[in-house]
Amino acid sequence: MNITVDSLRKRFGRTVALDGMSFAVEPGQVTGFVGPNGAGKSTTMRVILGLDRADSGSALVSGRPYRSLDRPLCQVGSLLDAGALQPGRTARNHLLWLAHSQGLPGSRVDAVLEQAGLTAVARRRAGGFSLGMRQRLGIAAAMLGDPPAVMLDEPFNGMDPEGIIWMRGFLRSLAAEGRAVLLSSHLMSELEGVADHVVVAGRGRTIADASIGRLLADTTRGRVVVRTADPAAKPALTEAGATVTEDSSGTLTVTGLPAEAVVTALNRSGIAFSEVAARRTSLEEAYLELTRDAVEFRAEEAR
Amino acid sequence: MSTSFPREAAGLSPDSATHGQTPPPVSALRTFGRLMRAEWTKLRTVRGWMAALLGGVAAMIALGLMTGAQGSCTPQRCAQPTGPDGQEVTDAFSFAHQPLTGDGSITVRVAEMDGLIPADPGTEAEDAGQGPQRADGPPSGMPGLAPWAKTGLMIKDGTRPGAAYAAIMTTGSHGVRMQHNFTHDRAGTSGNAPRWLRLTRTGELIVGEESADGHAWTKVGEVRLNGLPATVQAGMFATSPQYSRVDDGLIGTAASGGPSQVTGAFDHLELEGDWPAAAWTGTKIGGPIDRDVSGFGLTGPVFRVTGSGDVAPATAGLAGIGVTITQTLVGTFVALIAVVVLGAVVMTAEFRRGLVRTTLAAAPRRGRVLAAKAVVLGGVTFLVGLVAAVLVVEIGGRVMVSRGVYVHPVTTGIRTQVVVGTAALLAFSAVLAMALGTVLRRSLTAVTTGIVLIVLPYLLSLTALSGEAADWVLRVTPAAAFALQQSRPAYPQVDNLYTAALGYFPLPPWGGFSVLVAWTTAALVVAAVALRRRDA
Repeated sequence: MNITVDSLRKRFGRTVALDGMSFAVEPGQVTGFVGPNGAGKSTTMRVILGLDRADSGSALVSGRPYRSLDRPLCQVGSLLDAGALQPGRTARNHLLWLAHSQGLPGSRVDAVLEQAGLTAVARRRAGGFSLGMRQRLGIAAAMLGDPPAVMLDEPFNGMDPEGIIWMRGFLRSLAAEGRAVLLSSHLMSELEGVADHVVVAGRGRTIADASIGRLLADTTRGRVVVRTADPAAKPALTEAGATVTEDSSGTLTVTGLPAEAVVTALNRSGIAFSEVAARRTSLEEAYLELTRDAVEFRAEEAR
Repeated sequence: MSTSFPREAAGLSPDSATHGQTPPPVSALRTFGRLMRAEWTKLRTVRGWMAALLGGVAAMIALGLMTGAQGSCTPQRCAQPTGPDGQEVTDAFSFAHQPLTGDGSITVRVAEMDGLIPADPGTEAEDAGQGPQRADGPPSGMPGLAPWAKTGLMIKDGTRPGAAYAAIMTTGSHGVRMQHNFTHDRAGTSGNAPRWLRLTRTGELIVGEESADGHAWTKVGEVRLNGLPATVQAGMFATSPQYSRVDDGLIGTAASGGPSQVTGAFDHLELEGDWPAAAWTGTKIGGPIDRDVSGFGLTGPVFRVTGSGDVAPATAGLAGIGVTITQTLVGTFVALIAVVVLGAVVMTAEFRRGLVRTTLAAAPRRGRVLAAKAVVLGGVTFLVGLVAAVLVVEIGGRVMVSRGVYVHPVTTGIRTQVVVGTAALLAFSAVLAMALGTVLRRSLTAVTTGIVLIVLPYLLSLTALSGEAADWVLRVTPAAAFALQQSRPAYPQVDNLYTAALGYFPLPPWGGFSVLVAWTTAALVVAAVALRRRDA
């Protein structure tokens, strides 16, 4: 079971929503789908689910269009909008009609309610639920058909810290069970420690599509922080081939030289230093680096 | 808290338990069955929706049972005679008759028709001392003829009200007519008195002829009276029906009226065949016992017969007595409002909060989703409406009878048409509103459109609109399906106020229903196209 998106294009009037979006979601891992607001993440998910029609390109679930699936919730579970509820209907009844639409028994409803931790409120009207509880109800709905693929749009929104920890563990366990998990977020930090693979979207297309490790390696340019009181440090390092910036406290940030070379260069010039530290690029920084163009372009467009 | 979903406990069929495997093809019917079940679960689990539906039909039942009608009928007093075809008839007239044995004929000239009609309430003030008109009072008022005042010749199987007959007559304003057995009516020329008329009996055949001068005769009609015995009663008759003056105002219809009477003056009487009695008997046939305006002048050469009543199918309303079962269903419009609101809202609620995306993710074939919703909504409103209609007609009818209101009996077929038709009216209207909700998406817009399109035309035709305007509205709007509630036909030979309020509609039952079905089908097609084309 995998989900493949190939060259999706879609316009809403004069706005280009998707401009050749392509990626694949493989089983057994969590694929993070990240990008600034308006990058086309939700539109892509709606196209996968057959809710929006792309102008061109294809979105396939195990090689088939979603619309051709017989019991789609048993193939792909999804949570797009936790607020998509009839407020007067109880949580259990909301899941019950969904179960009936797939020919699933009521016992399945009770199982997912239990898993999502909603058993106690199953007979309460969903209209009174907090956003976090609605997210859990949405997760329960997504898991109703025990699907081999799961697709969640911004599932951390509105969750309390305990809920976020639960969600992370839950998503990891889904991948561990061999399911394909697609998880969108506009915050890369939410994906850290959850996603195995990241698809970075910007301006309707795929900017990066790589494993977390690759992504970090690609965007990491050696960055070394040097603390010293000696004003000769900056020219000495520049001479050695590094790019050096200095902040107000006198801390130097060195790029272009690995940490060992920095220490060698400082020692050679007899410069005293209190600290030399190599800094790893964070996922967030890598993401900002990647999407800078997309965001800037957008800002310019808006002007 | 465990975060895994054990597959063993899931209760899933094997096909979905294996990742990535295509499930075996399942019949479209089974898929549709699942969708219907899902839609039924959706419908029944919103308490407000069920409350609206049941509240609507409860109000409909209550309006039917808590009738304000009050009458003085007992089954004996108000029972109508039964005609040869088994239907209820009005058979009240004055008959100057004698037996005719075997074949023979009777010819006469209607020299003159005179009558009295109720005074126009607008001019009543001028008729000093007359007092107000009373519907059951003696005919009084001004000279004039009711349009369906009848004078002429009749051959009848005895003098029992409801017995088979054939007659030829001049009328107040409908020319010469030949009528038989109450429901059959054939037009002759538009001539008025003086007019020559003739009836000829040959076996079971009766031929009616008319003439302007007594020499050149024109056949008006030939009818067969099955099982007519050798000896019949034949002679001159006169009768004049309830007179109603209908004023189609700009707003609404005003009606006034009362009994009328007519006197026919007959001369040039000629008999052929075996007329053993050789003398005329004047008999008032049928009609109320406590009101008798009949009069006879039975010595020739000019005979006079005065009568009041009608020889026609029995009707409810102004021209007849009592009500029909249709009147017990006055509260249908409340249930209609409820199902229109329900139908629109079950769809717009999906759009309002994006629930439609969940629905369509679960069932990507959008046309099927729409069909399943329509079938479930239509089915539920049909069943609830059917129960309500049966209760209203059965119990409401008994309540009316217990209050002394005469309720015209109807055949099982008509009763079925009325109750099933009422249920169908509600069901199709709900589906039409649902289709409107699919196209318009907003609750307020869809509900308003549904009410304006379906309920308002009916209410306007009951109240504000009159005559042609009301008929027009009841022909083209979905409200045309109210015609299914009509329980008795409108007869052209009986002047009556044939309005929706009295249970008469301009289209026949199935014609009116077809109009609603056409609206619903068209709206569903537009809804299916819209649902498919638009992004959810």
